[in-house]
Amino acid sequence: MGRITLDKVTKSFGEVNVIPPLDLTINDGEFVVFVGPSGCGKSTLLRLIAGLEDVTSGQIRIDGEDATDMPPAKRGLAMVFQSYALYPHMSVRKNIAFPMKMAGMPQDEQNRRIEAAAKSLNLTDYLDRRPGQLSGGQRQRVAIGRAIVREPSAFLFDEPLSNLDAALRVNMRLEISELHNALKTTMIYVTHDQVEAMTMADKIVVLRAGNIEQVGSPLELYKTPRNEFVAGFIGSPKMNLIRGETAAQKGAATIGIRPEHLAASTEGGLWQGTVGVAEHLGSDTFLHVHDHGLGDEPLTVRVDGEMAVRHGDRIFLTPDESKLHRFDKQGLRI
Amino acid sequence: MATKASRAAARLMISPAVLLLLGWMIVPLSMTLYFSFLRYNLLMPGMEEFTGWTNYRFFLTDPAFTAALWNTLLLVGGVLLITTVGGTLLALLMDQPFWGQGIVRILVIAPFFVMPTVSALVWKNMFMNPVNGLFAHVAKFFGLQPYDFLAQAPLGSIIFIVSWQWLPFATLILLTALQSLDQEQLEAAEMDGAGALSRFFYIMLPHLARAITVVILIQTIFLLSVFAEILVTTNGGPGVASTNLTYLIYMQSLLQFDVGGGSAGGVVAIILANIVAIFLMRMIGKNLEA
Ligand SMILES: Nc1ncnc2c1ncn2[C@@H]1O[C@H](COP(=O)(O)OP(=O)(O)O)[C@@H](O)[C@H]1O
Ligand SMILES: [Mg+2]
Repeated sequence: MGRITLDKVTKSFGEVNVIPPLDLTINDGEFVVFVGPSGCGKSTLLRLIAGLEDVTSGQIRIDGEDATDMPPAKRGLAMVFQSYALYPHMSVRKNIAFPMKMAGMPQDEQNRRIEAAAKSLNLTDYLDRRPGQLSGGQRQRVAIGRAIVREPSAFLFDEPLSNLDAALRVNMRLEISELHNALKTTMIYVTHDQVEAMTMADKIVVLRAGNIEQVGSPLELYKTPRNEFVAGFIGSPKMNLIRGETAAQKGAATIGIRPEHLAASTEGGLWQGTVGVAEHLGSDTFLHVHDHGLGDEPLTVRVDGEMAVRHGDRIFLTPDESKLHRFDKQGLRI
Repeated sequence: MATKASRAAARLMISPAVLLLLGWMIVPLSMTLYFSFLRYNLLMPGMEEFTGWTNYRFFLTDPAFTAALWNTLLLVGGVLLITTVGGTLLALLMDQPFWGQGIVRILVIAPFFVMPTVSALVWKNMFMNPVNGLFAHVAKFFGLQPYDFLAQAPLGSIIFIVSWQWLPFATLILLTALQSLDQEQLEAAEMDGAGALSRFFYIMLPHLARAITVVILIQTIFLLSVFAEILVTTNGGPGVASTNLTYLIYMQSLLQFDVGGGSAGGVVAIILANIVAIFLMRMIGKNLEA
């Protein structure tokens, strides 16, 4: 079981109010991702749930039980830290065993769980090494192993992949998703990387300055962003936002169109501009189009990787009207 | 510093310093060795003659030597125990956030800046004196018999005074080490269900191992040669109850004018210091490896 409810939770550090009143329900077995720019209070929120910080006001319930004043160890949650926080003087085996040792679990049960965790995380050959003798990805797995053996009611991850190189990150992303499928335990995952959020989450919570901007599945957020901030944050490359005359014609203060919803052509179209930088990814090419007369920001367009366009070429763009997002003066979706 | 040329240049440039230091050490050491085999008493000038191992035999069979040896070990061990345990506890305390932290930290290192003679005299005359000392006044206030610390427990009192001087050093080093401990490790341990005591023994103490080793090694070097505190408080007495090796050598060579005997004692002290050093490195040296 791992149903976590936040009820009007706030957090201030002295005068600074980091989390304004916030309500959130995380259902049992869900993979929830908190995403938002750096410094928006994601870690603080996670640490409040973990019990590493005290809430200033409000209530946290775990499985219906008031956990607001419970010490961290009693909450039955396991956390994987950004720095991994492995114990450097203990072997991998001792690291993984530590929470079980603290709980006073019988030795043979400890060994059984260590073997099982090591097997599923490919750590069997490294059990007698120190953390200092492992690679970043292996350390990450030890940290996960230390969390798994406790059989917690929910896992908390704080930017666990940000210290890994790009290839390893993709790998570990997959492994964590597979772990979730296998364990079906609630997981709360903090990241500033919207790609991680989109690929892993059942439910994404977009945060800005401690406020929840939108909660929803990845596709909901992609298709119907509630405001300009979410629209700009979710999706890669970013949505093009156009203001002024063009937007007013559509009855909005701002209109948004994703790079993949713009049709590009060399013959003709609604808008036109010159190609600036062309980013060739092989399957796709992203074009930055300047001098389009719609604003100062260049427009980003996704075109087929085969399309032969070069710096300085003239190009015509036509937006897919059905995929157009409209926002009012307050930035809210119309 | 990788190429042959740069290594050669480095050796060349460092050699004057090395040679100077070597000479600085070799000359007094060989003179001590030489004197230790002479019958050399300042009261009988011009009568020096070679006597072989006699000086060593006298020094090592002197009952004062065994007493001094034990006193030295007790002094070093006692002060090390008090300063490392006390230093760890004080460091833990000072690592907590509290009001006036900066001032308290400066106050805590203050004893380290007081000269040994001065601090020993202050303790002797203002605190431990059985008539005028503060402790005597306190005892009298409670209707107790004042305790004559330096006469009744001379070695214990000296251990206490020296510990008072070295506690700040230990505290400071251990505090710095404690502050370098990754807070997330402590939080991880907390989430793993470790209480305050478990966190101390499983996380903090192993992290402090290296700093504690440094404290022990550095202090041992200085504690083997404690002298001023003994000279100004007990003069090694009563009897030889608070005489350590350093003080015994001083008595031999300067109070009895026996340069030969004193030199022999010096050589013995050097050998003993090395035994202690080897013993320490065996015991805790591995903590210094990365
Ligand atoms: N212990 C603290 N004391 C004061 N301010 C803090 C503390 N921890 C975090 N903050 C502030 O709270 C805000 C949110 O921090 P954090 O939750 O770490 O952001 P994120 O993890 O989203 O990058 C930041 O502005 C940060 O400066
Ligand atoms: Mg953070």
